[in-house]
Amino acid sequence: MIFDYPTIKLIWWLLVGVLLVGFAIMDGHDMGVGTLLPFAGNGDDERRAIINTVGPHWDGNQVWFITGGGAIFAAWPLVYATSFSGFYWAMLAVLWALFFRPVGFDYRSKIAHPIWRKTWDWGLFIGGAVPPLIFGVAFGNLLQGVPFHFDNNLVSHYTGSFWGLLNPFALLCGVVSTAMITLHGAVYLMHRTEDDIYRRARSAAMIFGALLVAGLTAAGIWVQFIPGYVITSVIDPAALPNPLAKEVVREAGAWMRNYQAMPLTLLVPALAYVGTLAAIWFAWRGRTLMAFVASSLGITGVIGTAGVSMFPFVMPSSTVPSASLTVWDSASSHLTLTIMFWATLIFMPIIVVYTSWAYKVMAGKVTTAWVRENNRSAY
Amino acid sequence: MVTDHLVELSRLQFAATAMYHFLFVPLTIGMVWMLVIMESAYVMTGKVIYKDMTKFWGKLFGINFALGVTTGITMEFQFGMNWAYYSHYVGDIFGAPLAIEGLMAFFLESTFIGLFFFGWDRLSRVQHLMVTIAMAVATNLSALWILVANGWMQDPVGAAFNVETMRMELVSFWDVVFNPTAQAKFVHTVSAGYTTGAMFVLSISAWYLLRRRDVEFAKRSFRIAAAFGFASICSVIVLGDESGYVVTESQQTKLAAMEAMWETEPAPASFNIVAIPNEAEMKNDFAIHIPWVMGLIGTRSLDTEIPGIREIVAHNRERVESGVEAVRLLHAIRAGDDDPAVRETFERVSDDLGFGLLTTRYAESMDKVTPEIMDRAARDTIPPVAPLFWTFRIMVALGFAMLVVFSLALYHSIRGDFAERNRLLKWSMWFLPVPWVASQMGWFVAEYGRQPWTIFGVLPTHMSVSTLSEASLYGSLAGFIGFYTVLLVVMVYLMIKYARLGPGSLGTGRYANEPAHA
Repeated sequence: MIFDYPTIKLIWWLLVGVLLVGFAIMDGHDMGVGTLLPFAGNGDDERRAIINTVGPHWDGNQVWFITGGGAIFAAWPLVYATSFSGFYWAMLAVLWALFFRPVGFDYRSKIAHPIWRKTWDWGLFIGGAVPPLIFGVAFGNLLQGVPFHFDNNLVSHYTGSFWGLLNPFALLCGVVSTAMITLHGAVYLMHRTEDDIYRRARSAAMIFGALLVAGLTAAGIWVQFIPGYVITSVIDPAALPNPLAKEVVREAGAWMRNYQAMPLTLLVPALAYVGTLAAIWFAWRGRTLMAFVASSLGITGVIGTAGVSMFPFVMPSSTVPSASLTVWDSASSHLTLTIMFWATLIFMPIIVVYTSWAYKVMAGKVTTAWVRENNRSAY
Repeated sequence: MVTDHLVELSRLQFAATAMYHFLFVPLTIGMVWMLVIMESAYVMTGKVIYKDMTKFWGKLFGINFALGVTTGITMEFQFGMNWAYYSHYVGDIFGAPLAIEGLMAFFLESTFIGLFFFGWDRLSRVQHLMVTIAMAVATNLSALWILVANGWMQDPVGAAFNVETMRMELVSFWDVVFNPTAQAKFVHTVSAGYTTGAMFVLSISAWYLLRRRDVEFAKRSFRIAAAFGFASICSVIVLGDESGYVVTESQQTKLAAMEAMWETEPAPASFNIVAIPNEAEMKNDFAIHIPWVMGLIGTRSLDTEIPGIREIVAHNRERVESGVEAVRLLHAIRAGDDDPAVRETFERVSDDLGFGLLTTRYAESMDKVTPEIMDRAARDTIPPVAPLFWTFRIMVALGFAMLVVFSLALYHSIRGDFAERNRLLKWSMWFLPVPWVASQMGWFVAEYGRQPWTIFGVLPTHMSVSTLSEASLYGSLAGFIGFYTVLLVVMVYLMIKYARLGPGSLGTGRYANEPAHA
């Protein structure tokens, strides 16, 4: 094992970040396209053109989500266990919304009846819009702390309710996340379509880009006033993970501390702004590929900002702050983290290579004429 | 508050969603190889009919695959959602194969399935075939990693309990990967999938032949399915026997229950073909047995005894007692007792920790564990006998029945007269649901037979659940039943619609039944 335990724990914080960013960029753009589907496409041919921009790719993209979940299970079992069971109804809502995607994509165009097709269009809308909204709300709650504690056997007990998740700050985060993903979908759609769809996608990019900038700014100001969390006892990053061995206090503005301690980290929120603004600019100018790259960088900045603000916390507890889960005390064993590190290091570049190849093979504009020619085989 | 009822509901939800998921998985695993065979024939011979076969059966494959993906996400979510303590307790080992499955296999499969459907005009013939092959390999790798995870639940090798972190931790990754239980399950399960794929193509082709439509297309499909299916069912049976042998070594309770062996017989033990097990009196009210067979299958020797249920319960009673001691010491250590003698005693009994945890179902603390409670906990280590005994026999009987059908199908394929043999075609058609019933029975035996554990001998099921309310479980269960029923209706409707349309649905103009619309 080349890395000592604290280093590999830190690497895994970064890798989970990479997987979440990968999920948001890859699955995000097809979710954004799904969200825009009922609005950007007029008539069945246009809607099919929109669906077929992501038709060959959504399935592979969704694996970012599945692998992200698996990686959190493997690297941070306590986080996986506590968050998935605590956010039970929110996770069910994500899961059930996702149900609409595989069947929506694959079954929609296999029957020609207009009611059938319109129903699945809204199904794809739900599958595209609900997960980013709920993930945003979930992050909004993580930033404020979540009501859970452990008993002495480390059984987690969640004491909040589903409705408690829907507080104003969390909803604002939901808006940020939805705007971010919809902007991303819009610039992708511009890149792969033409004429009317292109123009509608461009309008959507402007609207959701502006919403994202406004939402980011509002959340950035608001977060100064919500209580963050600070570890007051001595931290031993090399210790065997035990989330009950530390002291934690809540303190307003504590999420700003990392930026004060390491001003260089301010580049991360800066990236969120620069990326988003550049995406809007490039979309306006019609440079769609650059807009997609910029939007991806913006996403990296937004997710990175949440991560850096909370570090080393991953899931703070609002009711028993000392039970909060951090990078240091909720990780897997040294051996598991090391093996998973190698697995990720080997396979992630391979995945990027064949995914890029798949996009290259399918590159080009999807037109309504193409849809009509491939009536039987297209989605 | 974890009640028995909450545990039951959590189990019911997991079992229902897992079995539902496995309606789609075996067909994917099997059909993907059929597609490889058909497309290889196309690339080698250049005959366009093979391309049409790949595309048409691929269409049905896709309808099935969509629901496999949909229901697969449920499985990954559910460990965290409903089995939080399980996820914490064994995530260090169990999470890794799931994550590697994503990285190594599922990404590849899901990326290339898009190219399989959309890449026909953009890839060369050989490139497209490579895509199909990669998809097939990835599908099987996916099954491998999932069964490595599942195999570890049955036979938790390569791991040890850590007092400080209060969980199981990985000791040897290779032991987990090359776990004989996992490997035996993997080959048995994918072979069952191959059989399912073959039966699907065989049945639908037989239906076309009975209708005398698309005869050339159906004949070629039937032949491939007959050959592939015959090889697959043989391997299911041979490798199923291997699974049985492995179970003898690693899970005596499951074996004893599924064979209804209450007493330890002198080796080699006899095999109960039919029995009416009596749980209360721990005997069979009625049984027909063949001497020697059980001993031969289970131990592959003439002089190794297989312990019966009574003997296993008596042995486990000792382990429960030692396990109660282990739990007591564990609590003392976690409460701050750092006496090395306590630690040393704990290490000596820690292998029985899980057996001690079995008593937590009946006693709040270890001080309240009475000898009666230990008796009950030891008796709990045997899963209910009758359901296992019968589901196992149904699975085996169906396996041999499929062997007969595939043998005849292959024999007449070689002779070349199958297309006129209406009885054979009818039987082939009626056998369509059989592989599904058999694999559902097989999973029932594997997982119900693992009870009362989630991790065999390590973590009892009743401790593994999330601390949710029963109302939440009723709500989610109702939601799953609702969604899954609608999805199944839609999927079966589409499958029947496209199977009826046949290759004409491709719109090439070469087949019967060219549809008015797509």
